[in-house]
Amino acid sequence: MSRTKYLIIGSSHAGLSAAEAIRLYDQDGALTMISAEKAYPYSPTILPYVVSGKVHEDRIFLRDQAWFDKRNIRFLNGATVTGVHAEKKSVSLESGREMSYEKLLIATGAEPELPPVAGLKECPHYKLRTVDDAINIRGALKKGGSAIVLGGGLIGMHAAENMARAGLKVTVVEMLRQVLPGYFDPQAAGLIQKVFTENGVKILTGNPATNVTSAHGACAVSLRNGLDLSAHVLLVAAGVRPRISFLAGSPVGTDAGILVDERMRTSAQDIWAAGDVAQAGSFLGPEKILNGIVPDAVEQGRIAGMDMAGDPSLKPYSGGIAMNTYSFFGNRSFSVGLSLAEASEEDLEVDTIYSPAGLKYQKLVFREDRLIGASAINAALDPGVICQTIRRKVQMGEMKRGFAASPLEYGRLFMSRLWR
Amino acid sequence: MGKSYHTIAFYPERCDGCGDCVKACSRAKSGTQDPVHSRIQVARDPGGASFGLALCRQCGEPQCVMNCPAGALKKDEETGIVRLDDTNCVGCHLCTLACGYGGITYNSETGQLMKCDMCGGDPVCVKSCRAGALELKTGADLYNAWGDYEDLFVPGISACLGCNSELLIRHTLRRVGPNTVVATPPGCIAGVGAVGYNGLTATKTPVFHPLLTNTASMLAGARRYYNRIGRDVTMLAFAGDGGAADVGFQSLSGAAERGEQMIFICVDNEGYMNTGVQRSSTTPFGAWTSTTPVGTVLRGKTRDAKPLPVIMMMHNCEYVATASTAFMQDYYEKLEKAIIAAKRGMAYIHVFSPCPTGWRFLPSQLIEVGRKAVESNMVPLWEYDHRESRLRFTHPVQNPLPVTQYLRLIGKYRHLSQEQIDRIQKVAEAGIRMLRHFSDEKDERSAAV
Repeated sequence: MSRTKYLIIGSSHAGLSAAEAIRLYDQDGALTMISAEKAYPYSPTILPYVVSGKVHEDRIFLRDQAWFDKRNIRFLNGATVTGVHAEKKSVSLESGREMSYEKLLIATGAEPELPPVAGLKECPHYKLRTVDDAINIRGALKKGGSAIVLGGGLIGMHAAENMARAGLKVTVVEMLRQVLPGYFDPQAAGLIQKVFTENGVKILTGNPATNVTSAHGACAVSLRNGLDLSAHVLLVAAGVRPRISFLAGSPVGTDAGILVDERMRTSAQDIWAAGDVAQAGSFLGPEKILNGIVPDAVEQGRIAGMDMAGDPSLKPYSGGIAMNTYSFFGNRSFSVGLSLAEASEEDLEVDTIYSPAGLKYQKLVFREDRLIGASAINAALDPGVICQTIRRKVQMGEMKRGFAASPLEYGRLFMSRLWR
Repeated sequence: MGKSYHTIAFYPERCDGCGDCVKACSRAKSGTQDPVHSRIQVARDPGGASFGLALCRQCGEPQCVMNCPAGALKKDEETGIVRLDDTNCVGCHLCTLACGYGGITYNSETGQLMKCDMCGGDPVCVKSCRAGALELKTGADLYNAWGDYEDLFVPGISACLGCNSELLIRHTLRRVGPNTVVATPPGCIAGVGAVGYNGLTATKTPVFHPLLTNTASMLAGARRYYNRIGRDVTMLAFAGDGGAADVGFQSLSGAAERGEQMIFICVDNEGYMNTGVQRSSTTPFGAWTSTTPVGTVLRGKTRDAKPLPVIMMMHNCEYVATASTAFMQDYYEKLEKAIIAAKRGMAYIHVFSPCPTGWRFLPSQLIEVGRKAVESNMVPLWEYDHRESRLRFTHPVQNPLPVTQYLRLIGKYRHLSQEQIDRIQKVAEAGIRMLRHFSDEKDERSAAV
């Protein structure tokens, strides 16, 4: 049985961030990073761009062997962990090998979830979570024809755009009444939807798929309202779920993901979790949330790494905030915090600029004189500054009106002052 | 790992919002003055006259780099500059979400993201700023160089929190090096463990503990012995103001007059700090100490401080300088000269050493106290080279701060009356006037007349 002091399962943002944090404090302790894939570390976020050909799959890697060598990190690729044995502090690998650890970080990310649609399992379809998935879809696009995307979330919309750019006739099926739920309110989503429609992508909302069949190299999808669609390519992008099945029988406590505390510790001794697999505290409420975004993976990974190494300068996790940036057909958008809130909600104030003609949207959500959410399309804003305005609970006082009118200028002013 | 880098510093109180930096950046990056191309942006507070800056800070642990899913952002380990590689960037804008400084921004003209690259090391924004609100700080070069020297003082000594002496002894020994014999008479530096307990010393060079009265003569004897056996070993004294200006003065004066080869460093914390904060001859006028108490009649020290560095200059020492740990670069340059001068004769450095415990200020304010002392001309930084027979200001202060800006940081001056403050201000001004008589400046002026 091979031994290591620190064992990190997963090599994307959370795992890499943890490894860097460990090495800042402990340069010598044996550190092993396991990846289920053969490839060097990469981000699932890059995959839509591999599909579109904007970036070649040879150029997506976040780290190379020299990086591992310089930091004295053992990178074990193509190795899948099949079980965690907390009582004897070891993990078993698919190859039958076992590896013991002193401190374990689970950063296995998430995997696509198959929605409960009759016939879907049996019907050939694509998904987009690994680089192999992306290469497969890109291959399918070359043949042209038509495509159906199940799911109007970020991955589905990204893929739909890329397929449309590749010349396919694309239909997005979203069971909720709008695309990109969770990030944009119906008004903003409507603007985004409009751009897709203008670019030839058909978007069907409010109707879940009920049945999927395949015939003669094509697939047929029936919706609840009776509509029947068919296409050459079927992409399932109906959300992801934390990759935790290998934890069955272990004492690591899970809900939807692995439950962690503010130091990313799980319920099991000497086991941490971070990134898309973790279910951690929320910045805006008491509940524990899945927040599958890159910035949170980086932050959680860093905290886990610091805690594993015993770094005394660790500050506990202040909680996740939903946020994302999203570019579509040359337009930019982003959303952070309680961006869905409505003005009618108690004690909230919402400031909205809605300009369908200019394709502009800006929504700021305040509680008293603090910003708690924002979303924008093609607005001149620093998303990171807006995030920090929320995270640092900037009390705007009399400057709130000025901020609402000119969030770029005032946001920069607040931050410039805070960082002195 | 562990390298320091150049940075662009922003002083908002000096910024007048002229926008020249923005124009200069646009010109350098796009050939136009259109601010849309500028990597540096000034934020204005329309209500007041204050300004903020949005600019890449070239972070030590850059969040943009950690958040980039495309590997398009990297921190250059040599220069510290965070670089954006346009050919790898996919335009996902996650970096703009990760950066809280407005350091990576979207250019609506080019449709691409842009960020500061420090113009390869010589930023045009800094050069364009007439108000002096932007400065390129290059101190990192020195810290990188000093980082290669060995720290000859062990960790875990018993100094007070925020002690200036620890900072001083570590840096001094780094530069002077291991081929050194150190003398530390009774005082804080010996007290914190430099000469050690039970046969163990904190100093990784030979070190001894002379009497308060005979530091310079004992070092002189040691040096003469090494000269006799043909070894070139540096003699280094760390004496307090008591061991230099008061009871240690006769041996110091004698050694200086005889031209004994040594570096004598006076760690001037303006009193006897480790024995209970008694006054010394370098305690300034008005300062509280346990022997110059503040009551209804006495209001701190009634006499002015003895200007020991000037007195040492008059001894025809090979080299004399004043220094402060708040100006490390200046101090290192002076140490370089002292090391060479000490091969010919005496090099004397008088280091201003604020003491959080005895002077009553927060340990976190140590460097700030040091800075304000220099910027108010309470502690002018200068050096004197005997071969040139002239004094040179190494950090001339054009517009000195009023001494109150220095005094108010320190508890031992809390009781001062306006009358006392006025006198301290006058003493500071008179001190500068006297030094100018010995300096280049005076020569130039008299030539002009």
